[in-house]
Amino acid sequence: MSYMIEGKTGPWEIVVGLEVHAQVTSHSKLFSGAATDFGAGPNSQVSFIDAGFPGMLPVINEECVAQAVRTGLGLNAQINLVSRFDRKNYFYADLPTGYQISQYLHPIVGKGVIEVELEGGITKNIGVTRLHLEQDAGKSLHDQSPSKSFIDLNRAGVALMEIVSEPDIRSPEEAGAYLRKLRSILRYLGTCDGNMDEGSMRADVNVSVRKQGEEFRTRCEVKNVNSIRFVMHAVEAEAKRQIELYESGGTVQQETRLYDPARGETRSMRSKEDAHDYRYFPDPDLLPLVLDEAWVAGLKAKLPELPDDKCTRFVRDYKLPPYDAAVLVMEQATAAFYEQVASGRDAKLAANWVIGELFAALNRTGTNIETSPVSAAALGELLDLMADATINGKIAKEVFEAMVETGQSAAAIVESKGLRQVTDTGAIAAAIDQILAANQDKLAEYKSGKEKLFGFFVGQTMKAMAGKGNPALINKILIEKLA
Amino acid sequence: MMSLDPATVRRIAKLARIRVEDAELPKLQADLAAILGYVEQLGEIDVTGIEPLSGAAQMALRMRADIVTDGGQTEAILANAPGREGDFFTVPKVVE
Repeated sequence: MSYMIEGKTGPWEIVVGLEVHAQVTSHSKLFSGAATDFGAGPNSQVSFIDAGFPGMLPVINEECVAQAVRTGLGLNAQINLVSRFDRKNYFYADLPTGYQISQYLHPIVGKGVIEVELEGGITKNIGVTRLHLEQDAGKSLHDQSPSKSFIDLNRAGVALMEIVSEPDIRSPEEAGAYLRKLRSILRYLGTCDGNMDEGSMRADVNVSVRKQGEEFRTRCEVKNVNSIRFVMHAVEAEAKRQIELYESGGTVQQETRLYDPARGETRSMRSKEDAHDYRYFPDPDLLPLVLDEAWVAGLKAKLPELPDDKCTRFVRDYKLPPYDAAVLVMEQATAAFYEQVASGRDAKLAANWVIGELFAALNRTGTNIETSPVSAAALGELLDLMADATINGKIAKEVFEAMVETGQSAAAIVESKGLRQVTDTGAIAAAIDQILAANQDKLAEYKSGKEKLFGFFVGQTMKAMAGKGNPALINKILIEKLA
Repeated sequence: MMSLDPATVRRIAKLARIRVEDAELPKLQADLAAILGYVEQLGEIDVTGIEPLSGAAQMALRMRADIVTDGGQTEAILANAPGREGDFFTVPKVVE
């Protein structure tokens, strides 16, 4: 069932393409030796090249090129062995050279594809049009003074990958799934940290609407959206705006818009009429970028296992449902954690504990998989205590909470709190006898056919034993006594 | 001769952020048209089947290692700034 927005004139389909700017993970900038670290003092990581001083020449960073190639390979994309840099000319205070070095006609990476997971186990392929390398601009701060804008050039010249999707996205959900998957791939590859809070990944969202079966209509570009949730909201808000416009007899003008998260709407950027005349031309300072096929093959050979392959392996080797596998492989660290817990143990039970109890604990304590209060080894030990019937599943949850609180091992908590499961059949039988004796009326009802009460007797026995009874033994002995 | 109307000359000047007085327009129009006409002559050459060239030398780009070798020179970077506040450049407010 495809996503449609119901308008006054019937259903509308939305068409979305995303341009993602991903900051390349590297020590130094694309064309200068200045550092790229986030959060340094203003203008402390700026070379004369970045600041646009006369006579300075750019020299390309090999690692940035390698990162772009790795990303292209991770997106199943064509690697262009010859690419070229162009100047994109525009005038803005945080662009000291007056042009951005980018790749216009000949990008380093061509067509690729990303498979995204949607609700209900459906997958969809979203095409990638291209990936090119370019420079980031500096940062303008407009809120420091009533009459001036402040400029910090630390970010100027940092390498970006612009990753452009085909207009294959048809719903806010698909837009979110595409970004999550892209982010996951970039993080696996180590080519971008995917940190949207620090601006390492931002998206320009192209939106248009149409009646089913029509050609594409005019699109608007919503610039610089900096969270996945906001992208999904922006898609919906912009589509609704366009539908209202068409249905009230208007037309959509191609323009650049901004998303305002506080109001949940997009609004026009009052851009000047010539703002988009970029007058691209080949950068005369830079020769063509020519890659050696063997060098590219060397990068390919060293790529890590990517989320799709890992997911397939988890389903095949651990017999996990595809949904569980997809959740576990989203982050490399989570997948590694899971594999350590699952090693030599019940893989499905391990998945349940990681996705259920562990994720809940991480959320609650504001930690992540890398700073988890319970290590993979410690969680594994807890599962072992269940497997050898030292504790039951209910007590295990209590032990886990104590592990999160105290950082102690499962075995130590079981010993100190006396949570060891009671497997002594005599003790269990005694507890059951007491419960049956205290509930003569319920026992009579049970015997006259109200079999649902079996669960009541199990519950009461477990309660009387402070949760420590072995559930299987309680069931077995109770059946015998009620027979 | 390449034709260039006054509006196009104005637009080129505006994109380059250069102020041009009305009196200067006819002369600029003629100068630019002459330059464009000169370059236009390249169009007379038949380049069928010849690969475009983006540099004069048939060489590939040299690459450098990913090492921090520059920066840490805030004073030098800001030395010629027309406006400065702390370690920031300042410019007339850019309102969007």
